[in-house]
Amino acid sequence: MKKRSRRIFMGLFEREEDVIGATRAARERGWRIVDVYAPYPVHGLPEAAGFARSWVPWACLALGLTGAALITWFQFWASAVTWPINVAGKPWNSLPAFIPVTFEVGVLSAGLGTTAVFLLAFGLLPGKTAVTPHPRVTDDRFALLIEEPDATFSAAAAAELCARFNAVETEEFES
Amino acid sequence: MVDRPTEELRPPWILGRKGLGDVTRDICDVFEREPTALWWAAFTVSSSMLLAGTLAVCYEIATGIGTWGLNKTVGWAFDITNFVFWIGIGHAGTLISAILFLFRQRWRTSVNRAAEAMTLFAVMCAGLFPLIHMGRPWLFYWIVPYPNTRGSLWVNFRSPLLWDFFAISTYFLISLTFWYVGLVPDLATARDRASGFKRKVFGFFSLGWNGSTRTWVHYESLYTLLAALATPLVLSVHTIVSFDFATALVPGWHTTIFPPYFVCGAVFSGFAMVLTLMLIARKVVHLEDYFTHRHVGAMCKIVIVTGSCVGLAYLTEFFTAAYSDNPYEQFVFLNRAMGPYAWAYWTMITCNVISPQLFWFKRVRENLVLVFLISLVINVGMWFERFVIIVSSLHRDFLPSSWVMYYPSSIEIVTLIGSFGLFFTAFLIFCRFLPMIAMAEVKGVVSEGRRHSQARPAAAPAEDLDLDVAEARA
Repeated sequence: MKKRSRRIFMGLFEREEDVIGATRAARERGWRIVDVYAPYPVHGLPEAAGFARSWVPWACLALGLTGAALITWFQFWASAVTWPINVAGKPWNSLPAFIPVTFEVGVLSAGLGTTAVFLLAFGLLPGKTAVTPHPRVTDDRFALLIEEPDATFSAAAAAELCARFNAVETEEFES
Repeated sequence: MVDRPTEELRPPWILGRKGLGDVTRDICDVFEREPTALWWAAFTVSSSMLLAGTLAVCYEIATGIGTWGLNKTVGWAFDITNFVFWIGIGHAGTLISAILFLFRQRWRTSVNRAAEAMTLFAVMCAGLFPLIHMGRPWLFYWIVPYPNTRGSLWVNFRSPLLWDFFAISTYFLISLTFWYVGLVPDLATARDRASGFKRKVFGFFSLGWNGSTRTWVHYESLYTLLAALATPLVLSVHTIVSFDFATALVPGWHTTIFPPYFVCGAVFSGFAMVLTLMLIARKVVHLEDYFTHRHVGAMCKIVIVTGSCVGLAYLTEFFTAAYSDNPYEQFVFLNRAMGPYAWAYWTMITCNVISPQLFWFKRVRENLVLVFLISLVINVGMWFERFVIIVSSLHRDFLPSSWVMYYPSSIEIVTLIGSFGLFFTAFLIFCRFLPMIAMAEVKGVVSEGRRHSQARPAAAPAEDLDLDVAEARA
């Protein structure tokens, strides 16, 4: 899927408090925040940028419960239905004895499944080429990317806003 | 300027007034430069130990379990001791990475990566022992419930040994996932600094990570979930290991205190091992600013707590035996403290109950040489704990005619040495090629304990911003 090219304004910052402030100020002006790149998860930044809360916990719950339910059924089927074996006279369906394996498999499917869902949903795949707005965003710089929707957007105003928050560099590019 | 004295009162976890770039440079430098002579020396020693262990295991597999000192009374001894010992070592890694994360203990950021790696290598060492104890390790996959040509004959889901298989494989896979997920942003940092072949390798494993906040939001959620899953998991693993013993009707094993007792002991021994490793590593690779006296102090305090819990468990076992009015139970405990293995029992008490009490003194916690020595003593003590539980309970059973002594054979001792070789070789390779401190996490705490007005030049919006950040942090 080829996206329509758009003009992006980028401000580069050195400190988390600057990028949080600039992001919040840009959002208050009604500018669309494409993304904010940071070398570590900055607390308060997703809220400042207005990004939604994560849906990942729901995937985790669903996968964990599915895994636990399937293994419970499987243990019952293997121990009591397909080939019941008398182990020290214990009942065929020894549900309490199935709890440890149910728990372990529930955790396993929740953990591995959620990680797989996360990686696939964000296209984080082995060998994928990283697209970074600036080579130092994985090191010590924060990049705020604002979309320039039309001619009413003033790059000068954006540059002025970034400068107010100690931006070290500003740039415009097509994406 | 709004004055916030609390920030000044709390000393920083990372010393040397590091900036974000300094963190990247200091930590990447460890694996970007050529290995030192010290590293090569350590690698030579540990890989030789690994080689010796491999030969011992090959000889054992080719000849049979008869190469060990086991007999018909003592069917579990050295091998299972090593298994429980290594599994326990692994638990501290998960405690640091998951439980301390959920409790927002930010000092963990300096140690969690290395501790998680330690967990993985310890679980590998642990898994090796039941595998070779099977006698026919090439048929190990029979424990997996898969459709087979024998019926299908399914595994026995009522058996603690099967629970153990599920617990340990889940533990390994979840620990590996947790470690790798934490590693991805740091691999991206390493990728963006490297060139040529190294850049390709880091690029392949960093999965195209670019530090986008849209991804960070979900990444943090995933990381918290993995921590929340790993927390009950780590408690379940040693609980299930203890079931291997507790569900047997052997006096000395058949007791309900085993799960909490084993979990405490595991965390206790694991922290001792993290201290041992990190105290060496901080000197060898010069990361003293990141792993400071405060980190050591915090870990020593956890050692006091878990060590005291273990001591309480030893007392409880004796009380339960005395109060049970069961002569077999009482005999086992008297035999432990005063029988032929009394030397092992009192080694255990000295190392595990008495030595960690020295950590109550600040002077001891500040003296890193002493902390290092005590951590070694605890490692020895915890190995003996498992030996005492297993061998002293088995060697004098209900029939005095079958009472025997157990002594390890040379093959068993070399196998134990080999497992240490595997552990240290893997750890050295990890230190050599991967960031051993979680950069993306340390960067989040470098500015702690530093007033923002000091941390940057005076700028027009400084006051509003400080308030914003304070709100965001709150």
